[in-house]
Amino acid sequence: MEELAVKRTSNSPFRGLGGKQFVSFVRKEFYHILRDKRTMFILLGMPIVQIIIFGFALTNEVKNSGIAVYDQSKDAATTSLIAELAASRYFDVRQDLFSYEEIEKIFRRGKIKLAVVFPPHFKEDLQHFNKAQVQIIADASDPNVANTLTNYATAIIMDYQQRITNDRKLPYTIDTETKMLYNPELKGAYNFVPGVMAMVLLLVCTMMTAITIVKEKEMGTLEVMLVSPMKPLMIVIAKAVPYLMLSAINIASILLLSVFVLGVPVNGSLALLALESILFTLVSLSLGLLISSGAESQQTAMFISLVALFLPTIMLSGFMFPVENMPLPLRIVSNLVPAKWYYTIVKSVMIKGTGLITIWKETLILAGMMLFFLTMAIKSFKIRLA
Amino acid sequence: MSSTSNKNILNTPPTGGERGTVIKADKLTKRFGDFTAVDQISFEVNKGEIFGFLGANGAGKTTAMRMLCGLSLPTSGTGRVAGFDVYKENEKIKRNIGYMSQKFSLYEDLTVKENIRFYAGIYGKSDKFIKDKTEFILKQLHMENEADKLVKALPLGWRQKLAFSVAIFHEPQIVFLDEPTGGVDPVTRREFWSMIYQAAESGITIFVTTHYMDEAEYCSRVSIMVDGRIDALDTPSQLKKSYQAKSMDEVFLKLARKAARSESNPTKTA
Ligand SMILES: Nc1ncnc2c1ncn2[C@@H]1O[C@H](COP(=O)(O)OP(=O)(O)O)[C@@H](O)[C@H]1O
Ligand SMILES: [Mg+2]
Repeated sequence: MEELAVKRTSNSPFRGLGGKQFVSFVRKEFYHILRDKRTMFILLGMPIVQIIIFGFALTNEVKNSGIAVYDQSKDAATTSLIAELAASRYFDVRQDLFSYEEIEKIFRRGKIKLAVVFPPHFKEDLQHFNKAQVQIIADASDPNVANTLTNYATAIIMDYQQRITNDRKLPYTIDTETKMLYNPELKGAYNFVPGVMAMVLLLVCTMMTAITIVKEKEMGTLEVMLVSPMKPLMIVIAKAVPYLMLSAINIASILLLSVFVLGVPVNGSLALLALESILFTLVSLSLGLLISSGAESQQTAMFISLVALFLPTIMLSGFMFPVENMPLPLRIVSNLVPAKWYYTIVKSVMIKGTGLITIWKETLILAGMMLFFLTMAIKSFKIRLA
Repeated sequence: MSSTSNKNILNTPPTGGERGTVIKADKLTKRFGDFTAVDQISFEVNKGEIFGFLGANGAGKTTAMRMLCGLSLPTSGTGRVAGFDVYKENEKIKRNIGYMSQKFSLYEDLTVKENIRFYAGIYGKSDKFIKDKTEFILKQLHMENEADKLVKALPLGWRQKLAFSVAIFHEPQIVFLDEPTGGVDPVTRREFWSMIYQAAESGITIFVTTHYMDEAEYCSRVSIMVDGRIDALDTPSQLKKSYQAKSMDEVFLKLARKAARSESNPTKTA
């Protein structure tokens, strides 16, 4: 009898199992996703909605923005440059200042967001040394506006420099020095995008993966799969793959919207950013798998995802509240939040434009977290089977 | 439905026996903490027979079945399914069995065809096999017109019949059915049982739990579980004889009177 059973097995068409099972599984998973409107919205609509809402909240009117001028030279060059600024449709020169102290005073009143300062002897410097300086000071409490305004002002000054250089052999150089008051690192839009990326990937990968696996537990379909020859590891991977693919779409759409709607540039390597995002996605997926092995109902899975992941991510990743200002215990706890490391990485690559050299430590930490969570998840999957 | 009319509708249950043992449990036990859900059960199931696994709610049927399917590790005792050890060879067991869980085991948001294709797919069947067999099953179930309907649109009885067809799609040696007819109307239940007979005739051993006593009459042999133990095991007619009962219902009542735990009993220990 035993021999019979063994023979049956070795003759059965189960050799080379894998690819086909995997495809069947992933196809089924896509049916679930595509047929559930709520899932579709969370997966694809949410990131877009978040970015756009934030984008609208940020995109302020920059036409005819009031600016102030502190002109310590009062010569022909500064007068014509000020005239150019005033002529642009972006600016409206509203005030002449007579000291640096006045700048802060008018910024506090809130009507004026930008001040242009010419040092003494502007024209002489230009003529004798071919080089002069302008200082642009912005109220950066609204970083998006500050950034837009300083960009426009710099462009107008560069334009002027080009024009006066045109008829000369030696080029004139006007150095613009930009200073952001109140928010020197331009926290805001630039910080929001990395934050949204972390949130969306967590939402899609952790919560959705956890919920969909727990749903199969509730339904009893997971048991049927565990009784099939499909290996638990393959079930886990097949469950995760569709969400990994959707995350890639999300990352792409968030980046496109950031660049084209919010005007946040990707200063570093796009490939590096994509790879780091995939790494974070994998961390989130493993967490989702881990949660699903502990939770018995969809509500529990959702609750654990929210309490254990979203709150710490919002509070401790640094994108809402700077980690440096937190009390020591919270600073220590924040190291356990994967989003904190991803947030640091995205900020470095996207905004500071740095390469892997500066973020290898964060990358290694994320990779370690992924391995840890994944091992735990697969282990608990097996234990349940036994 | 009286027991005689059952016999008229369905053929006499296959006896199995001569062709060897496919399931063998010896003092198989499962404890959850202090609580013994399955208490040293021993039995053998012969190839080709329909083995009824009876018991009130909470008697331990599902737990015992899960151990045999390799879903749950026994606390003690031994068990062999299709010749393989339930402790060490559950991967091999899986290749030889089909399983219909007590919970509904199809995807409601997938169509009939998509469900069949998915379950056949995870057993690694070829496209040609899947196509031919799907046509055959749809015809057998008279569900050709429902092939592209979502499963959630089907009546419960139809779903259960479909779930059974899916559970034996890959032509296993043994199929485990956990309360497959729960909540199903009597007419559909009878149709379901004739499907079970067809499967048994094709050589598949059936291991089925139920708490409908009239269904016990359809089985080759039945075991009756009370509080995690098997208190009686024989052919239905032999059981009726030894308990001096007219029906299986009566046999069951005589046994159940001693039960300490059941869904209706407030002293339930779980
Ligand atoms: N995972 C578990 N942990 C603790 N107790 C359990 C578990 N699974 C089942 N039980 C208990 O074991 C007993 C038998 O359950 P079960 O096998 O589902 O009975 P049946 O299928 O006969 O209705 C019940 O009292 C149930 O509460
Ligand atoms: Mg049960």
